[in-house]
Amino acid sequence: MIAIAGDNIISSLGFTTDENYRAVESGQSGVRLCSPFVGLPEPLMASMIDRERLSDSFADLSPRADGYTMLEKAAILSVGNAAAQAQVDLSGADVLFILSSTKGNVHLLDENEKGFSRDHIYLWHTARLIAEFFGNANEPLVVSNACISGACAQIAAMRELETGAYSYAVVVGVEMLSKFIVSGFQSLKALSPEMCRPFDVDRAGLNLGEAAAAIIYRRTDGKEEAGEALLLHGAIRNDANHISGPSRTGEGCLRALQILLQEVAPGDLAFINAHGTATAYNDSMEAVALASAGLSAVSVNSLKGYFGHTLGAAGVLESIISAHALANEAVLPTHGFKCGEKERPLNVVDKITHTEKTFFIKMLSGFGGCNAALLFKKNTKRTPPCHTQ
Amino acid sequence: MPYAVKKYSHVTDKQASVNGKPFPVAAAESGQFLTALYRSLKVDYPKFFKMDALSKLGFLASELILMDEQPRFTPREDVAIICFNRSSSLDTDVAYQATIQHEESYYPSPSAFVYTLPNIVTGEIAIRNKFFGETSFYVCRERDAQQMSQTVEQAFCDKHTRMALAAWVECFEGTCEAFMELVERR
Repeated sequence: MIAIAGDNIISSLGFTTDENYRAVESGQSGVRLCSPFVGLPEPLMASMIDRERLSDSFADLSPRADGYTMLEKAAILSVGNAAAQAQVDLSGADVLFILSSTKGNVHLLDENEKGFSRDHIYLWHTARLIAEFFGNANEPLVVSNACISGACAQIAAMRELETGAYSYAVVVGVEMLSKFIVSGFQSLKALSPEMCRPFDVDRAGLNLGEAAAAIIYRRTDGKEEAGEALLLHGAIRNDANHISGPSRTGEGCLRALQILLQEVAPGDLAFINAHGTATAYNDSMEAVALASAGLSAVSVNSLKGYFGHTLGAAGVLESIISAHALANEAVLPTHGFKCGEKERPLNVVDKITHTEKTFFIKMLSGFGGCNAALLFKKNTKRTPPCHTQ
Repeated sequence: MPYAVKKYSHVTDKQASVNGKPFPVAAAESGQFLTALYRSLKVDYPKFFKMDALSKLGFLASELILMDEQPRFTPREDVAIICFNRSSSLDTDVAYQATIQHEESYYPSPSAFVYTLPNIVTGEIAIRNKFFGETSFYVCRERDAQQMSQTVEQAFCDKHTRMALAAWVECFEGTCEAFMELVERR
C-alpha cells in the first residue's frame, strides 16, 4: 500500500498546502481577470501564480536561480516543501521522481523567448533538472497524458512502489500558462469569459490555471499511520470515441469508476471530486457516467472554481486538497455552482458539510479520450505494533 | 517476464516491416511514404488524413500488427495502449507555434492544437479499434528498452489488462520512427 507522506501546492491561492486549503475552505477563488495576457486579443479569466513571490521563494531555497524556468522553479519549490514535511532525503537510490505535465516549457518555442538552452523544451530534461536539484540520480518518469496526467502519475507511483523497486515516489504536477496554451483553448472556444461554474446549468466554459503540486508517496509495508491518506486503487480507461470531445455516454469514465466500485461501496464514499471543468460537454459526460455507475446520490464537487483548470497539475493538486478535506472531515463546496441540470440530477455540493466517511474518489478526463479515477482512504486505524516471532 | 511478445512492427519514413519481414509499399513520392504505406495497407479510414505525423506513425504501426487479428473492431477493455517517446508532440507544437507567432498572421487552429498532446496517438488507436482499456504516454530521454519493458510490465498491475500495444513513437526534427509490440499477459 502507499501513503501520502508529505505534500505541497503552489498556486494563486498560496505556496503551502495549508495556505491553499484555508483559502478554499473560506470560499476564496484565485481566478481573476488577467488581461491583457501576453498580447492575446481576448480577455482572460485565469488563476496565476505570483511570479515575484515565486522568484523570491526560490531564492530563499537556493542561490542557484539561474538556469531554471519559472515552471521548473515552481516544481522544485513544491517538491522541496513536500519533502521537508515528509522528512525524506530525496537523494536516496530508493526515491523515484515522476513528473506530470502536458506542455512543460512550451513557451520557449516562441522566437522572442531567449536565455534558456533548447534542452528545456523537452519534458524529460525538466524532470531531470528537478530530480538533480535534490541530488537524485535515478532516471525520472514523465507522464504526459493530457489532463489526466496527474492521476496517471499517481498510478505510476503506486505501481513503482508496490512492485518493490522504490520506497518513495515524488509525484510533481506542474503547468504554467503561455500564449501557446491560452490561444489553443481560445481557438477551441472552451474558455469562459467569467468565473467558471462547474456542473451549473448556466456554465459557459473553463478557466485556465497555473500550479505546481507535489506529493511524496511512501510504501507503507503494512505500517500505516492513523489519519494518513492512502491511495488504494486507480484505473485509466479510454472512451474510444473522439480525440477532443468526451463520449456522450461517458464510456471511459464509467469504466474507470466501475473498477473502483469493486473496492468500495457507494455508501462509504464521503465525496467524489469530479474533473468538473465547467465546459458543457465534460460536466454532462461526468453526470451521465456517475448516474450509470449508480453514484448520483453521492456528494460531488469540483475545485476548478478555486484554481481554474491546472491541466497536468490538476490531478495532483485536487487529490491533495481532497485528502486534506477528508482529514478535516469536510466536504468542500463547488465554487461557482448555483443550480444543476434537471435532466442530469447530481448531488453537487454547494456548501461545506461534515463527513465521517473515510473514502473519496478523484475523477479526471482529458483529450485523447482518456479518463482516470483514483480511490483514496483516510486510515483510521494505527497498525498494531509488530510482535517478534 | 510476465508478458510475451506476440507480434511487432517497425515503421519509419522510408520503410515498414512486420515481425522483421519488410512490408511491401507501392512507390511513394518523396516525403509521402506514410501515405503510401496507408494505401498499401488497403485501409479505408479517412480520419488518417487529419492526423499529425506522430499519430499517423502510431496508427500505421498498429494497423501492421492488428490487420490480420480476428475478430477486429469488437469493443474490448482488456487491451492497453502504452506509448513512449523523446520529443512528446514537439513536431506539431512547432507547427502550431508558427500559427500564433506573428500578430499579422495570428490564426490558431483548433484542429492543430488538439494534436499538441502526445497521447492523442493512443486515443486514435483506441478509437480505430474500439479499445476501452488503459491508454498512457510516457516521455523519456532515450529509447531505454529496460525502462520501457518495466513500465509495460507494470501496466499489467491492472488485473483487467490482458494485452497491450506498447510502442516507441518518435517524430521530430528528421526522426520519424515507430517500434510497436503486441504483448500478452502470460
